[in-house]
Amino acid sequence: MMRLPVFRLHQPESLSDAMALLASSDGETRLVAGGTDLWPNMKRRHQSADVVVSLNRVAELSGIRGEVGGEVRIGATTTLAAVAASPIVRAAYPALARAVESISSPAIRNMATLGGNLCLDTRCTYYNQTEEWRTSIDFCLKEGGTICWVAPQSPRCWAVSSSDAAPVLCALGARVRLLSPAGEREVSVADFYRDDGIDYLTKQPDEVLTEVVLPPSDGVQMSFWKLRRRGSIDFAVLTAAVAVRRDDDGVVSEAAVWLGAVASAPVRSEAAEAVLVGNALTPEVITEAATATRKVATPLDNTDFTLQWRSKMVVHYVEAALREVAGLERERLAPNHAM
Amino acid sequence: MDRYTTATLRVNGQDLQVVFPTHHTLLEVLREECGLTGTKHGCELGECGTCTVLVDGEPVLSCLALTAEMEGRSIETVEGLQDGNELHPLQAAFADLGAAQCGYCTPGMLMTATALLAENDDPSADEIRTALAGNLCRCTGYHKIIEAVEWAAGVVRGDAGAGPAREVLFGSSVPGEGS
Amino acid sequence: MTPPRPGQVIAPDQAPPDSAAGSTHEDDLRIVGTPFRRVDGWAKVTGQTRFADDMTFPRMIHMRLVRSTLPHAFIQSIDTSKAEEMAGVVGVLTGKDMPEPFGILPVSQDEHALCLEKVRFVGDPVVAVAALTEDQAADACSAVKIEYEPLTTISSVDEALETHEPLIHDYGDEGNLHKKISLQFGAVEDGFAEADEILEDVMFYEGSTHLPMEQHAAVAVPEGGGRITLYTSTQTPHYVHKVLAQVLGMPASRVRVIACSVGGGFGGKSDIFNHEIAVAKMALVTGRPVKICLNREEVFYCHRGRHPVLMHLRTGFTKDGAMVAQHLKTALDGGAYGSYGVASTYYTGALQTVTYGLPRYRFDSIRAFTNKPPCGPKRGHATVQPRFALEVHLDKAAQRLGIDPADLRLNNLLPPDSITANYLKVGSIGLGACIQAVVDGSGWRERFQSLPHGRGLGLACGSYLTGAGLPIHWNHLPQSAVQLKLDRTGTVAAYCGEAEIGQGSDSVLAACVAEVLGIGLDDVLLCVGDTGLTPVDLGSYSSRVTLMVGRAAIQAAERARDRLAEAVAEKLDVPADRLVFAESRVFDSGSPENGMPFAEAVQQAEEKFGALATTGSYAPPRAPGRYRGSGVGPSPTYSYSACVIEVEVDPETGLYRVEHVWIAHDIGRAINPVLTIGQVEGSVYMGLGEAMMEEQVFRRLPKSRSSALVHKVPSMLEYKSPTFHEMPPVTTYLIEDPDPEGPFGAKEVGQGPLLPVIPALANAIFDAVGVRIDQVPIGPHMIRKALEDKEAGGDGRYGPKSFPDIDFGVPLMVPTPDEGGDGRATNTEEAGVRKGSGTMTDGVRKGSKP
Repeated sequence: MMRLPVFRLHQPESLSDAMALLASSDGETRLVAGGTDLWPNMKRRHQSADVVVSLNRVAELSGIRGEVGGEVRIGATTTLAAVAASPIVRAAYPALARAVESISSPAIRNMATLGGNLCLDTRCTYYNQTEEWRTSIDFCLKEGGTICWVAPQSPRCWAVSSSDAAPVLCALGARVRLLSPAGEREVSVADFYRDDGIDYLTKQPDEVLTEVVLPPSDGVQMSFWKLRRRGSIDFAVLTAAVAVRRDDDGVVSEAAVWLGAVASAPVRSEAAEAVLVGNALTPEVITEAATATRKVATPLDNTDFTLQWRSKMVVHYVEAALREVAGLERERLAPNHAM
Repeated sequence: MDRYTTATLRVNGQDLQVVFPTHHTLLEVLREECGLTGTKHGCELGECGTCTVLVDGEPVLSCLALTAEMEGRSIETVEGLQDGNELHPLQAAFADLGAAQCGYCTPGMLMTATALLAENDDPSADEIRTALAGNLCRCTGYHKIIEAVEWAAGVVRGDAGAGPAREVLFGSSVPGEGS
Repeated sequence: MTPPRPGQVIAPDQAPPDSAAGSTHEDDLRIVGTPFRRVDGWAKVTGQTRFADDMTFPRMIHMRLVRSTLPHAFIQSIDTSKAEEMAGVVGVLTGKDMPEPFGILPVSQDEHALCLEKVRFVGDPVVAVAALTEDQAADACSAVKIEYEPLTTISSVDEALETHEPLIHDYGDEGNLHKKISLQFGAVEDGFAEADEILEDVMFYEGSTHLPMEQHAAVAVPEGGGRITLYTSTQTPHYVHKVLAQVLGMPASRVRVIACSVGGGFGGKSDIFNHEIAVAKMALVTGRPVKICLNREEVFYCHRGRHPVLMHLRTGFTKDGAMVAQHLKTALDGGAYGSYGVASTYYTGALQTVTYGLPRYRFDSIRAFTNKPPCGPKRGHATVQPRFALEVHLDKAAQRLGIDPADLRLNNLLPPDSITANYLKVGSIGLGACIQAVVDGSGWRERFQSLPHGRGLGLACGSYLTGAGLPIHWNHLPQSAVQLKLDRTGTVAAYCGEAEIGQGSDSVLAACVAEVLGIGLDDVLLCVGDTGLTPVDLGSYSSRVTLMVGRAAIQAAERARDRLAEAVAEKLDVPADRLVFAESRVFDSGSPENGMPFAEAVQQAEEKFGALATTGSYAPPRAPGRYRGSGVGPSPTYSYSACVIEVEVDPETGLYRVEHVWIAHDIGRAINPVLTIGQVEGSVYMGLGEAMMEEQVFRRLPKSRSSALVHKVPSMLEYKSPTFHEMPPVTTYLIEDPDPEGPFGAKEVGQGPLLPVIPALANAIFDAVGVRIDQVPIGPHMIRKALEDKEAGGDGRYGPKSFPDIDFGVPLMVPTPDEGGDGRATNTEEAGVRKGSGTMTDGVRKGSKP
């Protein structure tokens, strides 16, 4: 049986206690909520901790506040199941509900949290392996080694940002609140990430992600499409999140087009957005915008499916997401594979 | 905070006082300290659903649930499904239809299905699929499991006519050879 | 629902449908043919079934293995001193502690419990450590230091062919080729000369693994009297028993192997594994019960799964679609050890002849050693790959010849009671009825080639053994045996070495006994899979259990019935042949009230004869082949299946979805229809997994930087097996035409229905979008590539380009029955084959006894 290494566990009941423990603990200290990312990583020994501080008893970190039409705040340890089931989220941010509902399996969604999904360690088939397996390849740049086997010439790590919530929240212009002994700050979800497989978050080690803040969604149309092998359990190998605002004539006034699982951070396609803004969502405009996303995605050979094919799918999935927003007929197969 | 934790776990309606290594998951403690080996394991990494138990009524992967965090929560395992010596309708239907072949994924399937029926006693086949989609099975091809859950749901609802369709038991009628 | 008692008939009020009624009622069967609760059902749904990892014993300690992190290397040194000093450590073993080689086949004794001088793949076990807890054992494993001298990594068949030094093993037919075969049945070139059309194909079938939900586990318990008992997750306790005694150097009489309930086998637990031997040795060394439970990654290293096979198929057809000659070449990537590989190699050619008429046939094959976990038998053992090739090939032939693929098959069915060109004796054949059922059920005649672009139907067939005709260790002993003990209470205890792996073998055994004796299923008490207490059954492999155990059980039960009848006839003063055994009574058929309860009948017989026990056994009939290699393929009878798949393909992305599967299986007779359907659906599922996504593949790191060759994704997450969402609706037809060789007419069902599924999908994709995918699993990128190729004016095909140029030498020439052959080869000397026993097992190790 795969077992966890020995560590010390703290279960604070308030955020201030958690902060104090985080500041005072000796050795490597990690926060845990759902544990569905950290525990497997620790079992495989590619993440380690001397001290683990569990946030599960910190009641103030859980829950959804706000109402449809206004700003909505989701506590970091709110489970994915609770987010997906929330009538507010389903009504105001259907793409977020869809994204969260598509994550892994029902039991995982009962455990995993929204904050945890945003902080999800980047993934790579050279990295998410046991210590013995990684010994066989002499480890990799992300953990213990000197070469990124995905791109051996590359000085950086190419592990993949695999959060499904992240690209949607980026497209919706959401922000996260970060608390540290020094105080509190808010950053956009987009700025929460860095395109580096190792140092993938801009969050500081002493900061705790406490809340996700969603702006009012009035008039925003959104969609989320996801590619993966199986309809459950699997991580995405490609996601497309789009949000548009259209004026009364159907002309796009604002657009956000984001891709997930194709780089070490969510990727924005400003070129696609530029095609959309100022135009109506005709099939032609949509195809042009989707085609414009091709350049920003750089899938590599470290997930399921061949990278050339994944690369080609980017356009199809963005197109499908935009067509859904436009109320156009969708391509026939992808819906089943998307969700 | 120490290497060992002492906790009172509420398992299948009874309080058990257990001492266990703090880093041990609920899976390990159920199997190794509580003697409840009905909960199985297939990967210990949250990838197969085999070790599913109910925590406060919700399906949870016991391989990723830290036991030390389970104090005060209600845990249900396959050993708690029976009513005395009577099988739960899900258990009976799984046994009758061969929804348990090797039987290894069965406890996890049963627990997940139990949570589903508690929420929805008339699930469609698609709802059953969606609820159980995190539980892998290599024997059955899933159909007998869906049919067993449908049958059990009927029994739970008190539907007197609940029962497997003919083709579930005998196969489809060969075209041209009668009804 | 009132829960039925274990074994109680589920639906007594539901008469079988008309199609099955004839066969069920005419023989007056009461249990056979009726859906009943599996006899192990209650335990499996209550959590009471004990799998190997659920066993605990007083003083039990825990073992883990240190495995090689190099693909191919000499072991220079092993330092376990630090590990030995660590907290809780009780015992440490290395290869030197168990130097005796072993292997499942007598001709391939190439494994060691722990590697001796060399490691041959990443995951090969080198050191075993036992400690008070598994945590401690794992920690101590990390402290073991092993130094290696790396050797050239051989990662593929091509590299094995090119690499003459180093050799992965110092035995084999040539270089790094474990096995090389060339067989020719009849004047094949004459056949091609007569052909109107000759079709040639190169196809590839990727390897896949069983992925049982249960990880292998074993517990060894030292006992008094110099005995040891091993509880293990195995399909083949008999073979584990033999090998354990061999490697431990103990008399087999002191070794007892108990097969626990197996949490999924599919062939993956039919070999003998390193950990089973090492854990037994550890128990003997430490004097304590020792448990090992592998983690998921280690299960991928045990493997013994589907061989990756490259195939070249050339067939001559007449213009009406009859095959006149065929030449099949296969190349198997065997991995690092022999395992069942010699048998696998033969199986890639053996069953090409049992479905359609094929008067002349040539078969060439190699199996290469590579530095990967060893391949072996997975559901459909090595007949799955060539079946894929053949059925896609026939689809292309039908297209070329302008014949409906269903007709091409129906018009050329092998007639029942045939002896094939390669000397397989085939009895009943329900294939025609199977094809008819799926053709009618799917609306094939109206819908094939008529659906909108993107939607398609594909048809394919298959056949499988109902038990291998020969045992692994060549002998004339029974291959299955059952002992019955009749008790004064009316309970009948049945002892048999069979192993329940989920397929329902316990239920078959109980049903056969209960049916003959006219008692209830819950009156039969089973003791199975225990080499210490039960008579030998060879195990749950080659789909042999229903037929062989069933026949042995029937014989034992009939003998018991005869004894009881003799005693009861005397008591009631009626002729024995008028007695009926039914409803747990024995009575006069002429006046049913004149009788007695079964328990009383047992007492009467015990009074007359003394304590009651009977035996039954079964050995398959001898096959007609007398050439070397003829031992692989014979079976008491063959099952047949036909399948139609409907698929929806998105031409833009190549993504596809299986919409429906119609499958018909020639079962002979379903002992328990509901479990039979479960086997069919499970086979369809596993076939779809292989067709759509499952692959056991490896990463070879850039050669300039590393010699590493690792399993690409040894996890449940990244080794893709279908979930509920990927499983399409399945319509199952059971074709029941009792076979005289089967128990109550039953044939196998556990493996055969997998075979047609894979080619049916490939053929359906062709009907949907007009491209040929000549390899599996079929990824969406392959469909896209093929479509792009077609759009660019190519042939719209995705698949391997060529088969390697291999000198197969002079084939062993075997004239066919039609040519007046007698089953013997005519050029044994010239073909470089020793005159042997005429079986694949002619290299039996010295001292290897049954």
